[in-house]
Parts: sequence; C-alpha cells; structure tokens
Amino acid sequence: MNTASTTSYIEEKARAIRQDVIRSVYLAGSGHPGGSLSSAEIFATLYFHEMNIDPADPKNPDRDRFVLSKGHCAPAYYAALAERGYFDKEELDHLRKYGSILQGHPDMKHIPGVDMSTGSLGQGVSAAAGMAYGLRMKNSPAHVYALLGDGELQEGQVWEAAMFAGSKGLNNLTLIVDNNNLQIDGTIDEVNSPYPIDEKFRAFNFNIEVVDGNDAHAVLDGFEKLKRKSDRPCVLIAQTIKGKGVSFMENVAGWHGKAPNKEQMMQAMHDLEEEAE
Amino acid sequence: MSAVATRQSYGEELVNLGDQDSNVVVLDADLSGATMTKLFKEAHPDRFIDCGIAEANMMTAAAGLSTTGLVPFASTFAMFAAGRGFEQIRNSIAYPHLNVKICATHAGISVGADGATHQAIEDLALMRSIPGMVVLNPCDDQETRACLWAAHEYEGPVYVRLSRHPVEAIYTDCQFEIGKGKILKEGEDVALIATGIEVQETLKAAKALEKEGVSVRVVDLASIKPIDKDLILDCADRCQQIVTIEEHNIIGGLGSAVAEIVSENHPVPVLRIGVEDRFGQSGSGVELLHAYGLDSESIAKKVLTFVNRTDTTKA
Repeated sequence: MNTASTTSYIEEKARAIRQDVIRSVYLAGSGHPGGSLSSAEIFATLYFHEMNIDPADPKNPDRDRFVLSKGHCAPAYYAALAERGYFDKEELDHLRKYGSILQGHPDMKHIPGVDMSTGSLGQGVSAAAGMAYGLRMKNSPAHVYALLGDGELQEGQVWEAAMFAGSKGLNNLTLIVDNNNLQIDGTIDEVNSPYPIDEKFRAFNFNIEVVDGNDAHAVLDGFEKLKRKSDRPCVLIAQTIKGKGVSFMENVAGWHGKAPNKEQMMQAMHDLEEEAE
Repeated sequence: MSAVATRQSYGEELVNLGDQDSNVVVLDADLSGATMTKLFKEAHPDRFIDCGIAEANMMTAAAGLSTTGLVPFASTFAMFAAGRGFEQIRNSIAYPHLNVKICATHAGISVGADGATHQAIEDLALMRSIPGMVVLNPCDDQETRACLWAAHEYEGPVYVRLSRHPVEAIYTDCQFEIGKGKILKEGEDVALIATGIEVQETLKAAKALEKEGVSVRVVDLASIKPIDKDLILDCADRCQQIVTIEEHNIIGGLGSAVAEIVSENHPVPVLRIGVEDRFGQSGSGVELLHAYGLDSESIAKKVLTFVNRTDTTKA
C-alpha cells in the first residue's frame, strides 16, 4: 500500500512543512523550530495520508480528529494545515502577530481545522481521549490522533490519560510521541527520564510501534501496523532528531524555542533545498 | 419539606436532564456516592463515565467529549474541581469556551468532619476570575434544579457550586435566569445579599433583625457571574448600606464581587461576612458555621453592629 510514490509524496510534503516552519518562525521573530522540524514527517503523514479529513468540511462530525498536545510545535501544525488547504498559506506570514488567527499556540476558536486548543503541556491526551470516548458513544467511525512530546511525558496528566484510554479500551485513539530526546534544559533522560517509554505505554494497555520518525516510509509503515492491531489504544513512538533538516539546529536543545536571524534563515533554507536534491 | 442538601437535588435533577437530553453525559472521579451522580449512573449507565481519582484528566476529557456534541457534567468535590482542576478548566474548557458543566459539591466549611483539606473556600474566587466562566451557587432544592436547567440551556462553560449541608426549602417554584438575583424580602435599612446555603441563615437573621427594629432587604444572589449589577445598585440606592454573606473566603467571592460593583458605581459601605481568611477544620457543619460566624445568630449580631456603627460618611 505504501508505495515508493507515496513515500516520496510524504517526503515532499515534510520538506514543504519544514520550509514554512523556518520562514514563519523567522518572520514571527519567536517560536519553536526544533520540535516543529522533528515532527514534519509525522504531520505530513497524518495530513496527507493517514487522516480522513476534508478541508472544505472542517466540522464534519465524522472527520478524524487531531490534537497537538505539544502545542508549541504550532508552526509545523499550521504549515500542514495551510499546505492541506485549510487556510491561505499567506496567513503563515502572520504567525504570532497581533490580530492573527495563528496564535502562538493552537486556538480552535479561530483556526480552521484545529480540533482542540492546546499549549499547556500534558492536557492533549486527555482531550483526545475524551473525543475518542464521545465518538465511540456516537457510533462515529472517526479516529483521534494526538501528538505529544517526549519531555511532555513528564507531566503526570499524560499518565492519568493513558490509564483512562487503556482502561476504557479506546481503540479509536492513536498517540504519537515525538521522541527527539531533547527538552529546554537538556536531554530528557538527564532532566527527568521518562524512559522506557514503550514499556510504560505497554503497561497502560496500549499497542506500540517504534519507528524512525524522520523516515517517511517508516512512519507510514508504523501507522499501517498499528491499524492491524485494533483492539486497544495505540502509540507510535517516533524516534526523531530535534531540528531535523537544518544542519546547525539538529540535536541542539537551544533551538527548542528560538527564531533564526536572517542569515540563519537563509542557511536553513539552503540546507532544506540541498536535502531535496 | 425537610431539609435537603443541594448535592441531593443535583443528583436527582441530573437524571431528569438525562431523560430529556440523550447528549447529557456525566463524569465523576470516584465520588459518585457523595456527589450523588450515582443516581445518574443507575438511570443511564451507558452515559456515566467514572474517571477514577484523576481530576485533571476528567476535566480535560470532558472538554474533549463536548467537542463531539455531547454535554458533559463533570463532578467532584469543589476542592478537587476548582482547585486541582483549575488549569485544566482554564485552558481546556474556558479558553475554547466549550460546553462543559462543572458541578462541584462539598463546597465550603459545612462539609464538616473531613476538615480543611476538603473544605473549598476559594472556588468562587478561582472560577470567577476565568474569562467567560458562568458561576452559579444555588441556595436550595428548587433553585438548584432550576440552575441546572439554565446551565444546560446555556452554551458554554458553567461552574455550579453545591453543598453537603442540608438546607430548608426557600422556593416552592423557582424560575432562574443566569445573571439575575432575587429579592426574597423587602426592607429599607440594610440590604443583605447572600448566596448558597447562607441564604437560609440570612433569612433567619433577617427575622431576628426585624425584631430589633431593623428593616432589612434580603437578596438571593445565586448567579455570582454574570452578576446582577442592576439589583446590587438598587440595593445600594435604596438601603445605602450592604452586607454580603457567603460560605467562602471573604477574599474573592460574593463580597468582593458586590464591592467591585458598588465601589465603581454607587459607593456605600459594604460589610463582607464570610470565612475570614483562614482554613476550615473538623467538626459538624452546624458547629463550624457557628464557629466561623456564618450561622443566623452570628450574622444578626454582625449586621446589628454594622448598622449601629458611628458612620463618618453619614456625618
């Protein structure tokens, strides 16, 4: 099913998302490029392959839902939504600006395609689990996806929500952990280790797949494998590189929440073009 | 009719709401026997979600549920709803203005023997300070039921403050409108504005005060937010002095809300009767209301002292 052409299509979309992330964060003068870049293949796969959605009908009750639990990676989210056609790409130029619909963190009241307002870490899984529970009650075929950070796993509410999802058997819920191993103060294991991540979710009655999250083919394949295990909630642990695609941002915690200057932006765009060739 | 706690009225009326609207779902955090959501659980088991002892998840899951068109009523004790769940309510429910009803029981010191850890005296202040949040604090059985229907009809987040302490019937039939207070008794010397279980104590205090020759107006202000500005200013204008009575810290609750309106629009003296910035403790509800100056006898004394003061502003 995941042909070479699908993979290259997702790769192309991931590249477009990365370019928009760099451009919009540069224009905003602030924002979170590191985790946005690490999750580009995840967004591309969700919005251009995995999810059953229609930008022309963003409130359809049976649409698949997405919750960006790590709300600070809004630049990649907005890039994916714009690329998918939820709003004009020109909006990305106004990221984080006064009067813009594109708030620093996702705002469901004003951004077409955003299913939940997020930003305060740890809450997205609960919101997604609530959606999944509600959709199941309504006999909807819709599936709910939530993307969370690995540092975010330090929030206790994530595990309250995991217990809830596992206990209630929410098999219409799939979490994706962007496991880039970095948070503001350093590596996640140095700061306060959530490892082993897979065993924790397994203990909470989740189905698990661990993939290279920056390999489009592997991400596509991971979702396919999870679909075949449909008896429990699922988690895709995507091992990624923070700042992926931009040479000087890769694996540097300092690029968690900092905008590039003009020179750095040019270099980043150059890196992303080179990668394409 | 014998005295009944508003949590009991809540549990009973929730069943009726569930009968009328199949979108009503109820969440609880392992306290359904105390919050009385167990009645809904018995009547509509397929629409009852026990989240276990995890209030943060319960609040945010309620937010998620509401996005699918369901109308979640999330219940636990006020301490764990407004206190533990504050940031979840603020960011996941109120910021996106989702249609979640937070019905918090066991508010105030009248919780009794459980003591200070379980006696929320800050919840009105916390909930009132969140933009767009509706905050209701009904005083008896009928008003609780009417408040619940109003909360259900309203599209958006609502916090309903409920109690464990039994209260006598004040209304036989209550028409309730969000944002409107009610004059229960007319009078001219002082306006007593009360909320929740303190309405009952205030009405009793009013009788004692009338015997002392003080003419008092008594107002039931169940809608803490939005607040009935017109009625409060009418009290200021008519009586020229106001006393607020609440089973809550005197900081941030009803007294503060009334003082804010009065001081900006029609300054008159306002005495705030409430818990005087200290924690609760174990004891029976009746004992504690007396010890903290919130029973009818204490209220009457405080009001009498207040109206008989040497008022420099009147000189």
